[in-house]
Amino acid sequence: MSALSRLWFSLAVTIALAVALTFLILPILAIFLDTGPAALIDSLGEETARDALLLSLETTAIALAIIIVVGTPAAYFLASRRFRGRALLTTLIELPLVLPPAAAGIALLAALGPNGIFGAELDALGITLPLETAGVVVALVFVASPFYLRQAQASFAAVDPTIVDASRTLGASEAHTFARILVPTALPGLATGGALALGRALGEFGATLMFAGALQGVTQTVPLAIFDRFARDFDAALALSAVLVAISAAILLATKLLDGPDSLTRAAR
Amino acid sequence: MLTACPVILLRVIGRIAATVLAALALAACGEKEEPTVLDNPDLIVFAAASMTVPLERCAADFPEAGIKLSFAGSDTLAAQIRQGVKPDIFAAANASIPAELFAEGLLGRPTEFATNELVVAVPKGSPVNAVEGLARSDVSIAIGSETAPVGIYARAVIGRLPAKQEDAILANVRSEEPDVSGIIGKLTQGAVDAGFVYVSDVASSAEELRSVALPRELRPDVTYAAGVTAETPEPGAAAAFIGDLLRGGCQEALLDAGFGPAP
Repeated sequence: MSALSRLWFSLAVTIALAVALTFLILPILAIFLDTGPAALIDSLGEETARDALLLSLETTAIALAIIIVVGTPAAYFLASRRFRGRALLTTLIELPLVLPPAAAGIALLAALGPNGIFGAELDALGITLPLETAGVVVALVFVASPFYLRQAQASFAAVDPTIVDASRTLGASEAHTFARILVPTALPGLATGGALALGRALGEFGATLMFAGALQGVTQTVPLAIFDRFARDFDAALALSAVLVAISAAILLATKLLDGPDSLTRAAR
Repeated sequence: MLTACPVILLRVIGRIAATVLAALALAACGEKEEPTVLDNPDLIVFAAASMTVPLERCAADFPEAGIKLSFAGSDTLAAQIRQGVKPDIFAAANASIPAELFAEGLLGRPTEFATNELVVAVPKGSPVNAVEGLARSDVSIAIGSETAPVGIYARAVIGRLPAKQEDAILANVRSEEPDVSGIIGKLTQGAVDAGFVYVSDVASSAEELRSVALPRELRPDVTYAAGVTAETPEPGAAAAFIGDLLRGGCQEALLDAGFGPAP
């Protein structure tokens, strides 16, 4: 390759990166430039903002707990067993990753809404999900769990099989090996998956609005509160967005650090 | 398992690119063959979600321009206009939001072009037959958000009831939806027992819902108003479309859908 074409190529990739960076960072920067720290603190003092933040923290925490408790063994099953249709099953579980949020909301209503397939059964059990905080949790688990399952499956698959074999040879049961060897070894990966799921759950909007509705303190999470404020007070919407961006950025940073403390510099190299 | 993905992905991207190119080529040819497409401007119409059914029906028949419709709560649309989004026409479910935009210099003088009636919508088999029935403790209600016209009207109605009923009904509100579509969706899915919407919304979901009329003394005046945006490049065609809303094909479509004529 001639020096000129090499120069041309590196110029092209540099420009492409600059364009991508500007496009991705500018809107996020605008949230913080358009709102001052004073406005941000003021808006957090409002009752609607506090209710929304508390509700978002509560629902995402419950959703994450459910995702981890059910998702960890499920991901272990997919990572440790070889069977026909495993690839198909993995793909099915990942489907909500690419599902449009509005479609997720409709799907949840069609399955678990009062007129849905299991509506009568849920009603007989005395369970109502739409318009309840529990409905928000269901929507969050639905959209966020694939992020955890995917990462957890990969982390379990990446554990050195000789360690597992050694544990089994020494007479440990599968359950014991899972709890004492596999989970601790895969922990950084599991934590990354948990953080990704948490980030997705915090930002959930469409499925929550359609399936759970919007009511202050009950189902109005931060993203819904941002949309509600957009119509009445753009600055207040900006301030609440800034909080959500800050939390999401912290989660992202945490995942990078969990990946290994030096992964930030490694990525830079 | 994932090794095949990049190859498939490349193929998919290739196919998409080919389709886009073909579409562009077709569009270019179309323009040459049909110069009328160039003569007719496109108008972007921001319209309240309650007009979705009639406007989608009449827009294609408007002779002087292609109509591109964007539906949402009137308050959301107004917020977008205030943030610099530039449609050609704004048609709202009340007169006060267009009046505010007119006062801010963002919209030309609004024209009132239709009326509607606020009702309580309930599923067909519901026992609710009067607004007082909404005060019962086992009734769940969806209303519009505080800034959406359908929510402003509903709160006005509830505010005119005796304090005890007012409190009971407000306590039964289970969801504050951004626009009428959200309320209708919650109703048809059985998530709530009742909702405050317009009589025209019930007409478009007549198979599942029926309306409970409000007594005359509670009924708010629901007036729809539209204006041409200040910076539209097509003021003539935009004004013509507002004329169509007032007395043309779109007025007919609105009347068919259960709206009333301009006050």
